[in-house]
Amino acid sequence: MKRLFAALLLACLLAPAAQALTVQQVTQATVPIDVLPFRNDAERARFRHLTGQLRCMVCQDESLLASNADFARQLRGQIFAMMQQGQSDKEIKAWLVARYSTFILYDPPLQASTIALWFGTPAILLIGGLVVAVLLRRRTRPADTITEDPGEDW
Amino acid sequence: MNESAGKPVARLVPLIAFAALVAFFVVGLVWNQTHDARFVPSPLINKPAPAFNLPRLENPTQLVSKANLLGQPYLLNVFASWCFACAEEHPTLMAYRDRFGIPLIGYDYKDAPADARGWLQKHGDPYHEVITDQSGETALDFGIYGAPETYLIDAQGIIRYKHIGPLTPAVIAKDIEPRIRELKQAGA
Repeated sequence: MKRLFAALLLACLLAPAAQALTVQQVTQATVPIDVLPFRNDAERARFRHLTGQLRCMVCQDESLLASNADFARQLRGQIFAMMQQGQSDKEIKAWLVARYSTFILYDPPLQASTIALWFGTPAILLIGGLVVAVLLRRRTRPADTITEDPGEDW
Repeated sequence: MNESAGKPVARLVPLIAFAALVAFFVVGLVWNQTHDARFVPSPLINKPAPAFNLPRLENPTQLVSKANLLGQPYLLNVFASWCFACAEEHPTLMAYRDRFGIPLIGYDYKDAPADARGWLQKHGDPYHEVITDQSGETALDFGIYGAPETYLIDAQGIIRYKHIGPLTPAVIAKDIEPRIRELKQAGA
């Protein structure tokens, strides 16, 4: 029994280390290596920032920056070329949206089809807040006057 | 809350809220069942197809441009020899090639021409013409991000419809044949 306990303890201690190891291996395996001739670190940073905001249409749960898909690699090359031509992030995004729709942007723009997305949560929060406020008011008011009857409470 | 015991409506509020929540989730579930998130609607619908100038598969020295294909509606079917779903779609294309009533143009996507020729020889060639985009550069302008994809392009070169994923007899009957009829009537 003691030995079993010790083994379990050891396993618990080692598990995070093993996990860290596999996570590292996975990231090493999945971060694609494109050899793009950046002129300087600022350009590289701009490229990473921009492609990190864009969705890989094929894999969808990965950004263009992180994806290893052929499609993502091709678009990274395209985006790099457009940057070299002096196009702004805005122009590059517009170019992509014209071809792949706003779905390619991780950050959805405010438009008719995204109103629910943008304002739905605040609206629900507001309604919920009002309901809670009303319930609390109702609950506290009688509590001031009636001291007995804590009977049923939901 | 003894108070609410006297008000049946107030007692129903949590139930109604719960029912609304359930309805919300059911709609979401049904939507997910019937809509595939992989199939993103193209922003190019009802816009001119991008200009292209691509080599023919049969004779790569000859180029086919967008202008060459104007004058009548056609279907542009994106395929590749490496594409598994294209093989799945292939029998449908063979069966419908002559039933569409308009040319079926193959768009060989990111494929070695020799592989594509071998694939068509092995399975049969449903296309009236095959153009090749080995680099996938023109495909960017079309917003192609996989295969198979199928575009319906009208006589003026406007993209009228796009289907992502394999064509099936059901899709053809529901989404493609009525549109072809419409285009033909408009053209006549």
